[in-house]
Amino acid sequence: MLKQIIISGFGGQGGLAIGKNLAEAGMEQGFHVTWAPSYGPEMRGGTANCSVVISSRPVGSPVFARPTELIALNEPSLEKFEADVQPGGAVFVNSDVVTDRVRREDLSACYIPCAKIAEEVGNPKVGNMVMLGAYVAKTGFLRPETIEAMIAQMFTGPKAKFVPLNIEAFRRGMACGE
Amino acid sequence: MAVVYEKSRGLTDAELHYCPGCHHGIIHKLIAETLVELDLLDGAIGVCPVGCSVFAFKYFNCDMLEAAHGRAPAVATGIKRTHPDQAVFTYQGDGDLASIGAAEIVHAAMRGEKFTTVFVNNAIYGMTGGQMAPTTLIGQRATTCQEGRTVQQAGMPIRVAEMLSTLDGCVYAERVCVTDIPNLNRAKKAIKTAFQKQMAGEGFTFVEVLSTCPTNWGLTPVKAVQWLRENMIPYYPLGVIKDKGLEVR
Amino acid sequence: MAKELWKGNEAIAEAAIRAGCDCFFGYPITPQSEVPEYMSSHLPKAGGVFVQSESEVAAINMVYGAAGAGMRAMTSSSSPGISLKQEGITYLAAAELPCVIVNVMRGGPGLGTIQPGQGDYFQATRGGGNGDYRTVVLAPSNVQETADFVQEAFDIADQYRSPVVVLADGLIGQMMEPIEWRPVPKRQLPAKDWAACGKKGRDHTNVINSLFLNPEECDALNQRLTVKYAEIEKNEVRWETALCQDAEVLITAYGTPARIALTALDLLREQGIRAGLFRPVTLWPFPEKALGEIAAEPHVKVILDVEMSSTGQMLDDVRLAVEGRKPIRYLGHAGGIMPTVEEMIEAAKTALKEAQ
Repeated sequence: MLKQIIISGFGGQGGLAIGKNLAEAGMEQGFHVTWAPSYGPEMRGGTANCSVVISSRPVGSPVFARPTELIALNEPSLEKFEADVQPGGAVFVNSDVVTDRVRREDLSACYIPCAKIAEEVGNPKVGNMVMLGAYVAKTGFLRPETIEAMIAQMFTGPKAKFVPLNIEAFRRGMACGE
Repeated sequence: MAVVYEKSRGLTDAELHYCPGCHHGIIHKLIAETLVELDLLDGAIGVCPVGCSVFAFKYFNCDMLEAAHGRAPAVATGIKRTHPDQAVFTYQGDGDLASIGAAEIVHAAMRGEKFTTVFVNNAIYGMTGGQMAPTTLIGQRATTCQEGRTVQQAGMPIRVAEMLSTLDGCVYAERVCVTDIPNLNRAKKAIKTAFQKQMAGEGFTFVEVLSTCPTNWGLTPVKAVQWLRENMIPYYPLGVIKDKGLEVR
Repeated sequence: MAKELWKGNEAIAEAAIRAGCDCFFGYPITPQSEVPEYMSSHLPKAGGVFVQSESEVAAINMVYGAAGAGMRAMTSSSSPGISLKQEGITYLAAAELPCVIVNVMRGGPGLGTIQPGQGDYFQATRGGGNGDYRTVVLAPSNVQETADFVQEAFDIADQYRSPVVVLADGLIGQMMEPIEWRPVPKRQLPAKDWAACGKKGRDHTNVINSLFLNPEECDALNQRLTVKYAEIEKNEVRWETALCQDAEVLITAYGTPARIALTALDLLREQGIRAGLFRPVTLWPFPEKALGEIAAEPHVKVILDVEMSSTGQMLDDVRLAVEGRKPIRYLGHAGGIMPTVEEMIEAAKTALKEAQ
């Protein structure tokens, strides 16, 4: 198995964190993983993207021209990367922010209103978990239990109260991806 | 037979290479005596510059490091931060400290590095053969300002002790000279105070010593002392420029 | 041991702390700033010293002071900052002081770009400052190696009383990868009885110095260094190969391009092209003999050197090793652009076609 995922959005939208979560989950399940960010002066507001490789074999190149999946958190990201996605690949669109549709017919598109669902769950900050859930459900190679265990480890001590909220958001996202 | 005077054991037996009438030897002696009197010699670590005193590591009877030109305060920072209980000092001339090493001395003082800098200001580059220094006086001749330094060409000379004293991390700055016994005694006291404050952990301490360079000034040793008194002291006034302890009291 | 996901730059800092680094002196520059950032918070907690210096020049001289006084000292920077450190590095080499210098390379020349580059190969392997000297140069190509090499670098430095450079690039510094904190081989290290750390009863003074006005003394230093470098060349040269046993096209690359090449090898072999990789792990000493031997194998038809450099720098060492026995082609990008798998495949095919 070889997954090459691009997660792209405005700086500060949480794309790099989604990528890190995916890499971490892949690692937990024994895959070889890499996470490589675009980096530069655009700390906030500019486009930020990261490339994640999750593979059953050791990872050679951590960067790639043709992603298997694209997670587009804003419109410029969809515009920039849609053409690169491998035929048969999947595009996950943050449909609260992105009004465009995926044009290519050889891709499966998944529209997730991350912010709307996050608000329904009770915290606008958990939109990333919604997106993560959609990706996990749609692609099927990461186990939901892996992510939920990771969420439990992410929030400990006084922050432990955020665990149920994040798990709820993740499960709502899964429902979108199924 | 009673010993009336002996060479400080803070100095080695190596023969000094300095020119006749140069004050480096006297200044070395004052530092060496201070290290012995404060019982700091055995743990002391010194840093010498590039300039006439480049071989100071041969003369001080303590561990020494020879730094790149101007970098002694950075080298001393590395030493003192990792050896906070030992006496650390830099010995630097005017080209080394006030020109190429201006950034290093300013930032060491800003950080309040707990070492002592003895700055020997003789208003000229000695070792390289009498070129203009940042401390060369207006009208003073040097091989790179043969008609005398002008403000238009090189600006006004820098008063380092005053400049560093504006920084909070610099707790003690004094300017002295060693042209006669009363001044020599004041210089010794200044160096001693600086080391005491260093060891008390108060902050960065700085002693500027006005010095002669008979060779490059083209004067006899006696005339050089006279020239220092008449020309340097009016522009570089002697005395305590900053003593944070006194301010607090 | 469980794997942990680490960012390259943070792994560099953590590895140094684990190796007993006593002090770190550095100045911010992209893409290595996570090293001083991590150090500022973690090194003091481990009992070490962190100082953010006023410049790279000051940082390397702080290293000189601390190393001269017997400490395990380190600095890190990226290309333009490493240029500024060259003065200090030649003094460290001349005064025979051990220390670790990490260069997370970016594209140049000049201010260049903050994206990954490999344009500092000459500077790192030829002694970037004045005079005749060398520094050991370790070139990791993944985060695990980076963590391992930084730890080993301190021992190599202490063993030979020499600065050791870990030459990474912006991608390795910025990327995350699972690593294990595994023990690195420990060496028998000589006592630092030369350190200027205060006499404390010693009957002589220790002096750290690089000035020898007497030419005979300066010549003696150079001869001593030459002997030392010969010893390092004998003991420390390292390389790695992949699929070289039958390779008709041999790719030479280090660091990030070397790992990109691993993907290219697989795809080339799927297309029936026998490609192999020769990866120098130490750039100085360069694995000249090993590369020469592989290049001389009859099955090797052509060599393709790939670097993140426009003109090719390691290319010179590859040429010296191959000694004209086989044609050499070059694929390079600078300015922060990384060679892609697709380009490597194309270049390998073209090179092979031209050679046949």
